[in-house]
Amino acid sequence: MALSRLSSRSTTLLQPLATTSLLRRRHISTDTTPITVETSLPFTSHLISPPSRAVETSSQELLSFFRDMALMRRMEIAADSLYKAKLIRGFCHLYDGQEAVAIGMEAAITKRDAIITSYRDHCTFLGRGGGLFEAFSELMGRTTGCSKGKGGSMHFYKKDASFYGGHGIVGAQAPLGCGLAFAQKYSKEEAVTFTLYGDGAANQGQLFEALNIAALWDLPAVLVCENNHYGMGTAEWRSAKSPAYFKRGDYVPGLKVDGMDALAVKQACKFAKEHALKNGPIGSNHHAFAFVFEQILEMDTYRYHGHSMSDPGSTYRTRDEISGVRQVRDPIDRVRKLIIAHDIATEKELKDMEKEVRKEVDAAVAQAKESPIPEPSELFSNIYVKGFGAESFGADRKELRATLP
Amino acid sequence: MASLLGRFCRKLVVPGSAHGSRMVSTTACDSEAVKSLNLYSAINQALHIALETDPRSYVFGEDVGFGGVFRCTTGLAERFGKNRVFNTPLCEQGIVGFGIGLAAMGNRAVVEIQFADYIYPAFDQIVNEAAKFRYRSGNQFNCGGINLVFNLPSKSLLLIRLLFIGLTIRAPYGAVGHGGHYHSQSPEAFFCHVPGIKVVIPRSPREAKGLLLSSIRDPNPVVFFEPKWLYRQAVEEVPEHDYMIPLSQAEVIREGNDITLVGWGAQLTVMEQACLDAEKEGISCELIDLKTLLPWDKETVEASVKKTGRLLISHEAPVTGGFGAEISATILERCFLKLEAPVSRVCGLDTPFPLILDAIKSTVNY
Repeated sequence: MALSRLSSRSTTLLQPLATTSLLRRRHISTDTTPITVETSLPFTSHLISPPSRAVETSSQELLSFFRDMALMRRMEIAADSLYKAKLIRGFCHLYDGQEAVAIGMEAAITKRDAIITSYRDHCTFLGRGGGLFEAFSELMGRTTGCSKGKGGSMHFYKKDASFYGGHGIVGAQAPLGCGLAFAQKYSKEEAVTFTLYGDGAANQGQLFEALNIAALWDLPAVLVCENNHYGMGTAEWRSAKSPAYFKRGDYVPGLKVDGMDALAVKQACKFAKEHALKNGPIGSNHHAFAFVFEQILEMDTYRYHGHSMSDPGSTYRTRDEISGVRQVRDPIDRVRKLIIAHDIATEKELKDMEKEVRKEVDAAVAQAKESPIPEPSELFSNIYVKGFGAESFGADRKELRATLP
Repeated sequence: MASLLGRFCRKLVVPGSAHGSRMVSTTACDSEAVKSLNLYSAINQALHIALETDPRSYVFGEDVGFGGVFRCTTGLAERFGKNRVFNTPLCEQGIVGFGIGLAAMGNRAVVEIQFADYIYPAFDQIVNEAAKFRYRSGNQFNCGGINLVFNLPSKSLLLIRLLFIGLTIRAPYGAVGHGGHYHSQSPEAFFCHVPGIKVVIPRSPREAKGLLLSSIRDPNPVVFFEPKWLYRQAVEEVPEHDYMIPLSQAEVIREGNDITLVGWGAQLTVMEQACLDAEKEGISCELIDLKTLLPWDKETVEASVKKTGRLLISHEAPVTGGFGAEISATILERCFLKLEAPVSRVCGLDTPFPLILDAIKSTVNY
């Protein structure tokens, strides 16, 4: 992954002076020998046999998970401070707590698979290979941002990594995602589309329209419900008769995944992608059996911040609940414990990694702060295709006049 | 800014008596107690009164239970119960459709759409169902109508109430500076093109309370846009009792002779400032608050333009196809020979509402 750069450490690392363990500690390395880890929770499935709980990973992968999640976490916290310092304005929806979903998904797919998500997209952008500098620039509305400063927090895009954003209207990305999947199937790309939405969006009509279309036309679409249990201020039990979002597809197979476990997410996404690309039905009597390529993955996750920076996040849930999840289910801590248990790195080395990450984020923020804001003429550009637009002017035609480029 | 708003908010308001409940027995009218309130508190008060005076009224929408994102529904769930004030799932089309059905069964449904930018999934329900229900059923069904209710509160007193029931859809609209593409839109023009519904936009807390009560009690479906910029910014003396401001009646809030200015909602704040600046140059401006955009008070504007001979319309929404075009065309038809100059429109630019951060602060203080 573009984000992490691991270097093999030399023997200048301090050895722990006294350990009760007699195992010789491995140095942090780009070791790719497979390690098998079991997911903390089994998968619950609907209309399909769930994948195995044993996930293949490696030291390199675990370390990259740790580093990338720490980067995402640090980015979101930095965004929080920038918002409070009024350098980021408007609406800012933070993803901290949910990093495992973005990371696990990336580990299972390629950049040719498309991802489309809602407005809580900063970490998804990073996962797709987006840079910190572009992210912070976009948040602060600068021209060096990924959307040239015209989109803001809710509209991050990355075309070369098949990241289709970044959507403000809840649920609007669902039919779009199915359209992307259709295009992929049509051009025989052997790629799939992961359409992410939240538990709030799960009650939108357009989601069911998209679900039906994708199933009807055998589209390689994987619908991922990031269930953080709150649709802004409304808990899932108050907005959904059936909060088992993975079953909501009815005839569409579904899988419920512990979204705080990056390895479980990776396993589920790998499984879903393979299922979506299968060329033919399973079962003996394939005329009667309707094979659905599509799948719903419900990621059981949690967000620490409120819905957005305008929402304190504590009026509809208790602080105990938030800190409880942080203590027991935090995705970064989980990977940290795995790394230490498998002797891949020490606590100190991981802390050093986190410090490095923090420096990286601070540097990106500082650089982004220096970037310029868009020119006023940008107000009129890209409304239509270049050269195809109309003239636009302000109240006094003599005062403000701009012709679209 | 606050003093500016205080200035033009001080106009007298005629309490509506033509609409709403007419009680045979009179209750003592409370003294003219007023309280200094901002816009969201005034709307909150209006909702409290609406729910209090009619047991078959309901307030629902996304997150209204804890008070809503703008606190307009604070205290309602606690006071009137979760059966009458409740959260809905995130589905605008479903929410409005549900409200239409509820209203058709003889109730007052007050629907909240969290931001006017999100109202589009519900557009089909509003245009194709709410607006046409009465028309296509030959007045058999409607989502706004008249109920005759007999109450016997005591042995000697018979209370006959004429209750107008119906659907009211409330949504915060308008720019708030940093709202960006999806928290700043002014979609009133789309709705003004639909015969069968009413579109109402208040300019201040006192107006908002009266107009909202009128809208809730109007026997037609009403779309009520609240200027979110003014939720906290505008503070005014608002009478505490139950009063209504008539719909489809524009108000001349500032008299003048040289030019007529027409606007609604938060834009009037800006226009009032323009009037003051113009006055320094010796131009006397007449400022009209349209209040109800559909059906709009053509007579008041016509009379004013016949007096001044000039018209300028201003709204936040983009100029092309905005409601100013309708006003311009109508006034042209009615006042052509009296016009000294073409009708002017000072409106939003023809772009999606952009992501603007602090650059805008030089012109708009938010």
